Amino acid sequence: MNRSPAAIAKAVAPPVVFGALFFGGWQLAVNVFDIKPYFLVRPTEILDKFTGNWDNVWKAMRVSGGNALVGLVCGAALGVAMSFVLLRFRVLDEIVTPLSIALNAVPIFVLVAVFNNMFSITSEVPRRLMVTLVVYFVVLVNVARGLRQVDATHVELMRSYAASDWELLRKVRVPNAVPFFFTALKIAAPGAVITAFVSEYFGGSQNGLGNKITSNMSTSKKAEGLAYVVGACLLGLAFYAISIIMESVATPRGAGERAGERA
Amino acid sequence: MSAVEISQVNKIFSTGKQQAVEALVGIDLSIEPGEFVSLIGPSGCGKSTLLRLVANLLEPTSGSVLVNGKPAKQARLDQDYGMAFQQSGLFEWRTVARNIELPLELKGWDKSKRQARAKEMLELVKLGDFATHMPWQLSGGMQQRVAIARALAAHPPLLLMDEPFGALDEMTREHMQAELLSICAKTGTTVVFVTHSIPEAVYLSNRVVVMSPRPGRITDIIDVGLGSHRDEDTREDTSFFKCITAVREALRGIEVTDIVRGIEDR
Amino acid sequence: MSSQPRTTARTPGSMSRAAGRVRRAVMFVVALVLVALAWEGYKAVGPEAGGDVLGAGILPRTNDRVMPHVWTMISRLTDPVQRGRDETVLRVVLEAVWYSFRVALVGFTIGVLVGMALAIVMLRFKVLERAILPYLVISQTVPLIALAPLVAGWGGNLQWGSFVWPKWMSVAVLGAFLAFFPVALGTLRGLKAPSAASLELMDSLAAPWRRTLWKLRFPSAVPYIVPALKLAASLSVIGVVVSEISIGLRGGIGRLIIDYANQATGDPAKVFTSILGAAILGLAMAGLVAIIDSILMRNRPKGAAA
Repeated sequence: MNRSPAAIAKAVAPPVVFGALFFGGWQLAVNVFDIKPYFLVRPTEILDKFTGNWDNVWKAMRVSGGNALVGLVCGAALGVAMSFVLLRFRVLDEIVTPLSIALNAVPIFVLVAVFNNMFSITSEVPRRLMVTLVVYFVVLVNVARGLRQVDATHVELMRSYAASDWELLRKVRVPNAVPFFFTALKIAAPGAVITAFVSEYFGGSQNGLGNKITSNMSTSKKAEGLAYVVGACLLGLAFYAISIIMESVATPRGAGERAGERA
Repeated sequence: MSAVEISQVNKIFSTGKQQAVEALVGIDLSIEPGEFVSLIGPSGCGKSTLLRLVANLLEPTSGSVLVNGKPAKQARLDQDYGMAFQQSGLFEWRTVARNIELPLELKGWDKSKRQARAKEMLELVKLGDFATHMPWQLSGGMQQRVAIARALAAHPPLLLMDEPFGALDEMTREHMQAELLSICAKTGTTVVFVTHSIPEAVYLSNRVVVMSPRPGRITDIIDVGLGSHRDEDTREDTSFFKCITAVREALRGIEVTDIVRGIEDR
Repeated sequence: MSSQPRTTARTPGSMSRAAGRVRRAVMFVVALVLVALAWEGYKAVGPEAGGDVLGAGILPRTNDRVMPHVWTMISRLTDPVQRGRDETVLRVVLEAVWYSFRVALVGFTIGVLVGMALAIVMLRFKVLERAILPYLVISQTVPLIALAPLVAGWGGNLQWGSFVWPKWMSVAVLGAFLAFFPVALGTLRGLKAPSAASLELMDSLAAPWRRTLWKLRFPSAVPYIVPALKLAASLSVIGVVVSEISIGLRGGIGRLIIDYANQATGDPAKVFTSILGAAILGLAMAGLVAIIDSILMRNRPKGAAA
């Protein structure tokens, strides 16, 4: 990749210019056309509320982010564990995988409505459970694929060394599955934020970003509400950034080429 | 009027910096209608570049390229040539027949004429039964035959080929060479053929143009005096081997390191 | 000279293909049965009023009010939706699913068309691609659905002449908004996919840009567009369900789920029926895309989807 200052400028300038034009135009339009707040709010007002109300926004981010994080970690751990189980017991694989693929199409986050009734009203557990479930399936499908789809040549080689299944697992399957895991993570991390967020629409505790946005918007405090939206976006970006960093730490040279698939 | 007239052509790839690459320097070549000419040389000698200049996929830095008496660009716009590459480049979503129809569609032919011509071309390359097959159902050699059929579909006077048999195994390759000669004999097409293989160049051509790199230029042009009728026996002929030797010698005139990098000697 | 040309045509035995399908269907049913068993199993052993594991209240309650038996859920489908009314729950749920399906379809279609149009524009003007692509990529990581309450406010308030913005259109717009990004990304990637040799071929045939677009780039893009459509379909369902809740749209499955969840203390099994409805909605959209997939990808080599 060309890292000369000219090349970097060339890559960065267009999106920056576009972003500036976009927000500038937005600001201008609200002013010039006298757009009412229920339709659009000036960017400057949103920024204002964001910085001014930062403490509350941050608190809400911590709640939603906490749910996302707990669910992400649990779901990833369970997904990885289950993928090993599926590898060992092929029959289970045939049962679980079609189900996972079917569930991919279904908006399973609606289960939060049920979870909310199963736990106390102030508990964050329903949301964490939901995120865990969503992350679990993403990680499971990808890691299972990574463990299974090893190069036939590698397997033959190990067999020729009379290597045991366990050694095959350690030396071939697991390293092969690592890029798949990170592909899953890069999808699951922002997905965890989105799921945690969306789960808040179904009732339960009222401290998360989703709750705050809804309550502010409905009382026509649009700018405050949109400030929380900014917080949600930042949270999503942060999770994604962390997953990218984790990937680059664990796989130093671009090893993720094959694994670029969506669950 | 020659089929292809290349005069004083230079091609320099410059990125505006110091790394200007002199791909071709002082190229003069005249090809008669119906001739089969091969371009051979080590990697970097500019043979593919030269082919693309004739095809007007690149413009020369200086000099002129005339195809069929016209500037190369006009010849391309008039579809005066067909082109075949190392990857057959067939569209995987079209049937074999529809692949062959592609140049005719772009020329605006109507459906019945297109289908008739595609059928005719399939017979020519002996794949008449495969019109409704999909490309991925065919072997490599068959796909290349379809590619050739496509290149000749509009009956162009000129055929440009860039190592079309490079990805095939040896036996299929020899087979395809014979097929190509028989097709060209029937259609009278002029052919410019880029290859890495000395025996292939000698077997197919009337003349073999030997090129060398840094800068890309024509070192030698060897007349292959094997007559116009060639078959399996030709490959055993002493004159065949003499020609191969002549070409090899001409290539040896180029620095040994370059040879190591790019020529098949079988 | 040339003898019978050898073919490497692939014709898998149709018998084994059918057997494979039956086996997959059976396994799917087994999976559902196992889930039901796990549900009942937990009910049998779990604490009635919920419980703690290591101090964290993570064990859900198991009483019949919160976790009805599986057969109760199923039978609730065929019972009347409430005392005094004739319609079965199943009927009400399916009507809501049909309503949401149509809204999701509108959203999906708009999102796909606009996404593809943007991809073509970005292909044509490299500057725009450089300017917009980073935003497209980032859009996949932020909860765009956060804008749902904002769009909700448009309902009933926006007006041009005699046309008042209907509430369901806000829902469709959100569905379109979510579907648009992956389609734009996937289509752009696909349009840039043809090999250099294919593009040279079109050049050598003096084909203008637009004809190359339709005859080469779009067909080459299909294996990239199809997975994007699958993603877009599921996103439009999510967008529709969530924004129905946010907007409070009557008639949609999202609103129905919330209503039934609120009635869960008196009528615990009903909420599960509405969740089943949401599942049907998702599967219906996925089924639609699967049909589009098989149409677009017929005659292609198997496993060609990017």
